[in-house]
Amino acid sequence: MMSSCNAKCADRAAEPDPAPEARTLADRLDDAGVSRRRFLTFCAAMVTTLALPERLAPRVAAALSKVESPVVVWLEFQDCAGDTEAFLRSRNPSTADLLLGLISLDYHETVMAAAGRAAEKARDNALTKGGHLVVVEGSVPTGIPGACTIGGRSAEDLLRDATRGAAGIINVGTCSAFGGIPAAGPNPTGAVRVEDIVGGVPVVNLSGCPVNADNLTATIVHYLTFGEFPATDALGRPLFAYGDRIHDTCPRRGHFDAGQFAEQWGDEGHRKGWCLYRLGCKGPSTFHNCPSVGYNDGTSWPIAAGHGCVGCSEPNFWDDMTPFYGRLPGVQVGDTNLSVDQIGLGVLAATATGFALHGVGKVVQHRRAASREERAAEQPAAGPPQFTAWPRNRKGQ
Amino acid sequence: MARLVIDPVTRIEGHLRVEVIVDGGVVTEAYSSSTMWRGIEKILVGRDPRDAWLFAQRICGVCTTVHALASVRAVEDAVGAVPPLNARLLRQLIAASLFLHDHVVHFYHLHALDWVDPTSALKADPGRTAVLAQSISDYPRSTKALFTAVRDRLEKFVTSGNIGPFTNGYWGHPAYRLDPDVNLLAFSHYLDALEFQRDYVRIHALLGGKNPHPQTYLVGGMASPLDPNSQNAINDNTLQELARLVQRGIEFVEQVYLPDLYAIAAAYPEWTRYGKGLGSYLAFGDYTLSAPEKGKPPAGGLFPGGVLVDGKYRPFEPGKVSESAFHSWYRHDDAKPSLPPWQGDTTPDYTGPQPPFDQLDVAGKYTWLKAPRYDGRAMEVGPLARMLVGHAAGDKRITPAVDAALQRLGVPASALMSTLGRVLARGLETQLMAHYTLELVNRLRDNVAGGDLTIADNTKWDPRNWPGGRSLGVGFHEAPRGALSHWVVIEDQRIRNYQAVVPSTWNAGPRDENGNPGPYEAALVGTPVVDPDRPLEILRTLHSFDPCMACAAHVYDGDGQIVTKVLVQ
Repeated sequence: MMSSCNAKCADRAAEPDPAPEARTLADRLDDAGVSRRRFLTFCAAMVTTLALPERLAPRVAAALSKVESPVVVWLEFQDCAGDTEAFLRSRNPSTADLLLGLISLDYHETVMAAAGRAAEKARDNALTKGGHLVVVEGSVPTGIPGACTIGGRSAEDLLRDATRGAAGIINVGTCSAFGGIPAAGPNPTGAVRVEDIVGGVPVVNLSGCPVNADNLTATIVHYLTFGEFPATDALGRPLFAYGDRIHDTCPRRGHFDAGQFAEQWGDEGHRKGWCLYRLGCKGPSTFHNCPSVGYNDGTSWPIAAGHGCVGCSEPNFWDDMTPFYGRLPGVQVGDTNLSVDQIGLGVLAATATGFALHGVGKVVQHRRAASREERAAEQPAAGPPQFTAWPRNRKGQ
Repeated sequence: MARLVIDPVTRIEGHLRVEVIVDGGVVTEAYSSSTMWRGIEKILVGRDPRDAWLFAQRICGVCTTVHALASVRAVEDAVGAVPPLNARLLRQLIAASLFLHDHVVHFYHLHALDWVDPTSALKADPGRTAVLAQSISDYPRSTKALFTAVRDRLEKFVTSGNIGPFTNGYWGHPAYRLDPDVNLLAFSHYLDALEFQRDYVRIHALLGGKNPHPQTYLVGGMASPLDPNSQNAINDNTLQELARLVQRGIEFVEQVYLPDLYAIAAAYPEWTRYGKGLGSYLAFGDYTLSAPEKGKPPAGGLFPGGVLVDGKYRPFEPGKVSESAFHSWYRHDDAKPSLPPWQGDTTPDYTGPQPPFDQLDVAGKYTWLKAPRYDGRAMEVGPLARMLVGHAAGDKRITPAVDAALQRLGVPASALMSTLGRVLARGLETQLMAHYTLELVNRLRDNVAGGDLTIADNTKWDPRNWPGGRSLGVGFHEAPRGALSHWVVIEDQRIRNYQAVVPSTWNAGPRDENGNPGPYEAALVGTPVVDPDRPLEILRTLHSFDPCMACAAHVYDGDGQIVTKVLVQ
């Protein structure tokens, strides 16, 4: 799917150079020891990741050479630091290049030297000028504000403060993008996503558990090149990374169409790389570019390693995609792929109407077992595991 | 006398706050508070136990595999599934490589800046740095040209006036003692370690699709197929790449990490006198290829289990673990504030000040962590505990490694019980683990070559084949930060109760009902603070434990009543 932004962005990349600034990205990259050759290689790789025409690479390089590196404030709330760890695996540009020049990462608790008041001061100074980027990792507990405090301030307070005057918000991981695991039923702390707290600022949601580092760096570079976030779907996810269903781009799709399925862990089909649908794969309901980009320098991704997709880039996947080893319902196995495509269309229609309808709404049989007692009291269904959904629990309701 | 608050404590995983009393330039009292909670165990109640590891894994994205492993071990213990040898090998390969990755990242990216002042490196002579580097290691990246490039890069970065994550560091603090040449060496390796860790952790992608949060565990086995004759399974290509990465790990640890550790330690001998803390140590033991025994930690492995109190070694007994909620933001019964984990009631009860606040009321509840106790006593867990317990047990690998290190530094064994001792112990066990990882790759290759392609106990995959009614399980693991255990109650194929007792809960936990402090709180007492506005020394002792707060502060025992019934059955 081609993003509507791409044509516009291409125009922008071709625009005359902006007025010279005091310290451009080119200066900073030079400071950071990034050679011109490495920089151009990196621009070419970015153009590929962002699904822009290859001929734009020199324009991206030209545009990037002229911008100032942005001040970035990275906030961690109800998180596991998995997205931070993903960021530390950045390859293109490398983490060292990011830390030493490409961006000005003035506040990030996991990596910054300063602590306590000195750290808070670094953050406050970074926020005074405005025009910064805020990266958010983790959800915000609105039911128990004391369930996430930093320097004695609540996550909500810190989020509002940091996003005031910001140029944009990048939510990394499914927790800040959609509530994630803290918001899974019964949502003990009333955890919510960032967009439930703040608005009026451009937001991009890089969901995934954790975020794919390549998608994060590509988004940052897109922002640096074009001055705005890439085009997104209705859930705020960039189309370059979340525009296609995993099932449609999966290298194992041929096995699905041929009716070749792994039935048991380690059986012949599993060893031969057959389709994992019958072992619970949620690829037919999940939009993400894992098959093409991979993780850890493109080394692999979960399906390639033999485990089904769990749908980690979708809202409420902890409730809607569980039990993880149950089969997605409504898929006529061994039949044509028609019904699976219908599922996909259902997802698309549902997501397009916004967050209020969640991804697999059309295909998942909802249960309304609101309390733990009711859920615990239920007996597992006879026969093979069934795919069922937990109730959604946004804002602790 | 001054009360000093450090919040956020940075360069850790998660959210940690400490409040200390400083009197006469020395910490006299300390309170450790975890300020974030999600309630993951509560979220697990009622779900399919086969899904639990995916949830538990998200307890932490730094030690991203330890909770997955403890979780599948706990469920397997409950339902009687036995992971086959290949699965045990794959799990240990992932765990062992996490160990090395985690300790290297801790040393360079989380802890080093407490000892290393990069601004001092600007004054270094790259020629002298090269001579120094070549005298302590045969690491090839030790040339004058390379150190010159790093110094120039650093100079441009610092003079740009915009130093990102290095902003407001305590640069120039009198407690920084390293020669500029050593600072340049260490900063250069800070950058090299960033590149190394990114490559090394590809082991997790090869075996589990991605890192963080590799997606490959199963109750009863692992999901990565093995087949030398398939290009969609772990095959000879994979094993070759694994061996290369593991070898690179050994080289990095022995050529970079350990030489740097000794070079830095030599400049800070007084830090063998600070940060001792409790002097009581606990390790469960782990890293054996034997099949698991019900209800027991893995025995006979690379790390022996045991308890060290007052210098006396005793075997670990699972029944002696309890947790106190007296000072924790959970409901407790004043008559019985300390309970065994399976009887614990941890309903949230946030009684702290509503934010924004300046100080916590440390007389009352003041943290999201409970206070784990062994036989009523607070215990330190982690690398130091493992090395001391292994030494006391006369382990054939640990004993000579520890003795050689003490001899090299010219210090007595008592010096290990200190801030610097923790740093040293972490380095020593990393080296042991690096070599063990290579043994694992070879064992896996031999086993597959012998025709064993089994990766899972499929007989226990279908919950209908599990024991009916209620069953209990426990999974023990030695995680990089120490002794980890997950406890699960399964009832009618659903999770009825789930609890994790985590290394950083042992170490960062608060006082108990008797007022006895946890390990962080004890270790900070006596730490000097030259400049209360720049409490560098406090960070040194805290970071020596490698805090991991998302791990620690997730405890939620969903259904104490039911568990109590189980125990009295």
